[in-house]
Amino acid sequence: MAKQWAFYFDSSQCSGCKTCQIACKDKQDHAVGLRWRNVYEVAGGHWEAKGDSNWESGIESYNISMSCNHCEDPICMKNCPNGAIYKNEEGIVLIDADRCMGCKYCQWACPYGALHLNKQTGKMTKCDLCIDYLAEGKQPSCVAACPMRVLKVGELSELRSEFDDWENIYPLPSAHITKPSLVIKAKEAAKKEMNWKIINREEVRDA
Amino acid sequence: MGKQKKKVSKPNKPDEVSTGMDRRDFIKLSILLGGGVFLSGGLLGCVGNLSDGSAEIIETKGDTMIIRAGCPGHNCGGRCILKFHVKDGTVTRIETDDRPGDTLEDPQLRACIRGRSYRRRQYHPDRLKYPLKRVGERGSGEFEKISWDEALDLLASEIKRVKEKYGNSAILVPYGTGSYNQINGRQTAARLINLLGGSLGFYNSYSWACISKATPYVYGTSVTGNQRQDWVNSKFIIMWGWNPAEMRDGTNSEFFIKKARERGARVVCIDPRMSMSAVALADEWIPIRPGTDVAMMSAMAYTIITENLHDKDFIKRCCVGFDKTQMPKGCEDEETYSDYILGTHDGIPKTAEWAEKICSVSAQTIRRIAREYATSKPSVLYQGYGMQRRAYGEQVVIAGCCLPAITGNVGISGGWAGGIALQADDGGPFWNVFPTGRNPVKATIPVFLWTEAILRGKEMDLEDGVRGVEKLDNNLKLIWCVASNILINQHADTNRSAKILKDESLVEFIAVQDQFMTPSAKYADLVLPVCTQMETWGLQDGWKYGDEVIIMPQLAQPPHETKSDYQICAELAERFGVREEFTQNRSEREWIEWAVERYRNTRFPDIPSLDKMEKDNWGGYTKAVDKPAIAFREFRANPDKNPLRTPSGKIELFSKTLFDMGKPNTIPAVPKYIQEWESPFGEEAKRFPLQAVGHHYMARVHSTHDGVDWLEEAFPQRVFINPIDAKKRGIYDGDEILIYNDRGKIAMPCRITPKIMPGVIDIPQGAWWKPDKNGIDRRGNVNVLTSHRWTPLAYGNAQHTIMVEVEKI
Repeated sequence: MAKQWAFYFDSSQCSGCKTCQIACKDKQDHAVGLRWRNVYEVAGGHWEAKGDSNWESGIESYNISMSCNHCEDPICMKNCPNGAIYKNEEGIVLIDADRCMGCKYCQWACPYGALHLNKQTGKMTKCDLCIDYLAEGKQPSCVAACPMRVLKVGELSELRSEFDDWENIYPLPSAHITKPSLVIKAKEAAKKEMNWKIINREEVRDA
Repeated sequence: MGKQKKKVSKPNKPDEVSTGMDRRDFIKLSILLGGGVFLSGGLLGCVGNLSDGSAEIIETKGDTMIIRAGCPGHNCGGRCILKFHVKDGTVTRIETDDRPGDTLEDPQLRACIRGRSYRRRQYHPDRLKYPLKRVGERGSGEFEKISWDEALDLLASEIKRVKEKYGNSAILVPYGTGSYNQINGRQTAARLINLLGGSLGFYNSYSWACISKATPYVYGTSVTGNQRQDWVNSKFIIMWGWNPAEMRDGTNSEFFIKKARERGARVVCIDPRMSMSAVALADEWIPIRPGTDVAMMSAMAYTIITENLHDKDFIKRCCVGFDKTQMPKGCEDEETYSDYILGTHDGIPKTAEWAEKICSVSAQTIRRIAREYATSKPSVLYQGYGMQRRAYGEQVVIAGCCLPAITGNVGISGGWAGGIALQADDGGPFWNVFPTGRNPVKATIPVFLWTEAILRGKEMDLEDGVRGVEKLDNNLKLIWCVASNILINQHADTNRSAKILKDESLVEFIAVQDQFMTPSAKYADLVLPVCTQMETWGLQDGWKYGDEVIIMPQLAQPPHETKSDYQICAELAERFGVREEFTQNRSEREWIEWAVERYRNTRFPDIPSLDKMEKDNWGGYTKAVDKPAIAFREFRANPDKNPLRTPSGKIELFSKTLFDMGKPNTIPAVPKYIQEWESPFGEEAKRFPLQAVGHHYMARVHSTHDGVDWLEEAFPQRVFINPIDAKKRGIYDGDEILIYNDRGKIAMPCRITPKIMPGVIDIPQGAWWKPDKNGIDRRGNVNVLTSHRWTPLAYGNAQHTIMVEVEKI
């Protein structure tokens, strides 16, 4: 029994293939427009012209696959007017659908875009860390799906001690705000100032 | 043999093409499918033998069965395992391979988004349901529903008519890779047509025309690839125009490269795009101008030779043609490989400075990469297929083989000989093991030239790549297109192809057999609805590489009036009196059993029976690879004792065979950079200054999966353009823009990305053609812009050689 379940994500080797996103959608049977896990394509740097028509690349790129970070200090929980959001004894942040009225305050508050309105049910919805699979000793759907094997789950403190941690890379906000239970391995380039941009915005916007 | 009444008890001969079932199986089937009667073969072995008290092997969750099966075998390159949750005959969820271990030797076969989203294809509302007969103009997409009897009678009578009026060589069963699972796919129609006198044959492929033709000129074989687990022994890996993370070049190839990096290999991607593979795996991305790879490769050779980094001993022992000391008889004074590189004959030393102007890669970088490749020992230079699907694509294949040869990276662990690299030792998977028999028609054409064979077949001869006969004796008159979207969409120059096919005086009858109303199906006179892989039996053994067999038990009933390709052909065979010859009295499942037996007798001697694999819910059978085979090991150890099947018995850096063809400007004897017939350096660039490529998108397998909603959500069809090119034209992200050349126009939304070099745009291939009333394609079928012109040696498709202009709308 973990104290705080957490995701480990190796952004330095994520191809952006979105198998994690689709595996989750299939498990949850989500319609187009609702995605618990999104993959952000990030790019930065400049092209340099050399001579008439030659080009040198100063471009760097990485991907961020993210669902909910089951924060240690979840701002969504604090902002819910109905107390519908709670953390269980293993740190998983869950929504009590009976108490949820779909007001979206949690969505506005969350800096990671983890909360979504399920238009079919009228309730807010988000990654539940495959709590049912964890209970069976199975890996969450996204973790088991990844063809590059860049996702893991585990106890936060253990993941932190095993892996380098750099969860403040663009576009993530400072970890101080909500204390995400997330350990990210970043590319070296990601740690630099490179005028980073999300370049696949239409793919990650909520419908 | 007459039709037998359907019996529940197991007959000696199967009824129609269904398997007999014994009573126990029938009961289990009913439990699973809610009582419906099954026509063709059950998966019910998966339930396990309930009566013998053996441990529960099959997973169940309440009333849901969880069945392990291979992902439906389209032409993606993956051969993965899925876990289907089946409730009341419906697939409710799909998971993937989760066998414990996941080692380098025997990794899990994890599916990608195409497999994981398969329910959305399986239950797509647009699936064809009934046979359809054209009522409007050809290509209008206007059809009426007809019965199967009417449909197959019509097809049979047309085949008979064309046979009698023109001859079998007027019939084409075109290239199609929609299904490799044995029961669905082109091979079923090929088998039947071969029993009916045959059809116009064809050779090579859309995927690999140049690389499969050219590789043997250097190595005498196509089996030039080490088993992939060997990549971890490499120190330096160049992924040249190779993007396995996205197109899936064999399940796990990208995983193996990841493992190589963990062991210290440095990986460089050379590609006009910063592909998914580059993002995930490259320590360095080097953007290169499309179509100029040979310039960079030649300049690498220049650095390697002039700095004495070549493997002189290996060249001496194992190669010919490197320099004057080793030229074949009769060619002693001809331009050698190093003559070309050093410029001693043509006066142009292929320096890095020379190459820089052509390929856009800086001279400094070219030299650096050349040194690293030659000195890392050992190095891999993996050639992807995009760069050979271009004008003069043969050259880049040969150049990409010569670099490994001159650096001694052949026949060693951690090295890579290059070329098409079918897997050592046995050449890799069968792909298709369903027997098609012998084609009685001797004439064959290059696969890409079928539109020529419609227009002027009778004038085509050896110069047009006709083989087997001196001249064709027919223009094509009937096309029976099965599991293929080649007619319109995947063939080049969509508008021209459409014009040719629309003319009923040319091709008199077109039948298309598919699961969806594809652009090709829209041009049919008769459309036959096919069931999906989940609705029949199937199996496969890997894609290019692979030491696995994936099994697809039937999970569900074919809906509406769909049938498998095999069943359609069997019923057609009936009309010609060759049903028994065609089916061999085998049901679909029995064919899969037959295939397992084939595997057992060849590549997989220890594969269990189909019964056992089904009963124990294997989904697949894998062979661990702990000692990867190394291509050319014996040759390298003793080239005299183990000669290659080249004229000299050695690696041919200079090919006398190519020399003797007498076409030095297009088929040189040593690999040369040849400016493409549409290039940024030609006159055409004044009107069309941008190069266009059409990469293999994550959202599709060629044109399969287009229209699956979750995939379109994840990867919408866009034209990708660099911000510099966009800004010049006043184009913003998401704008609908016009892309055009003399062959056609596309209007589609754009995505601005810095991950493609300026001067190049990308329209992911395979999107279904959607012309508006002005003939402008609105979806982004890249072939609207591509050309029917073929490559000089392989007669291959040069579909990436395109110049275009782009405009804000």
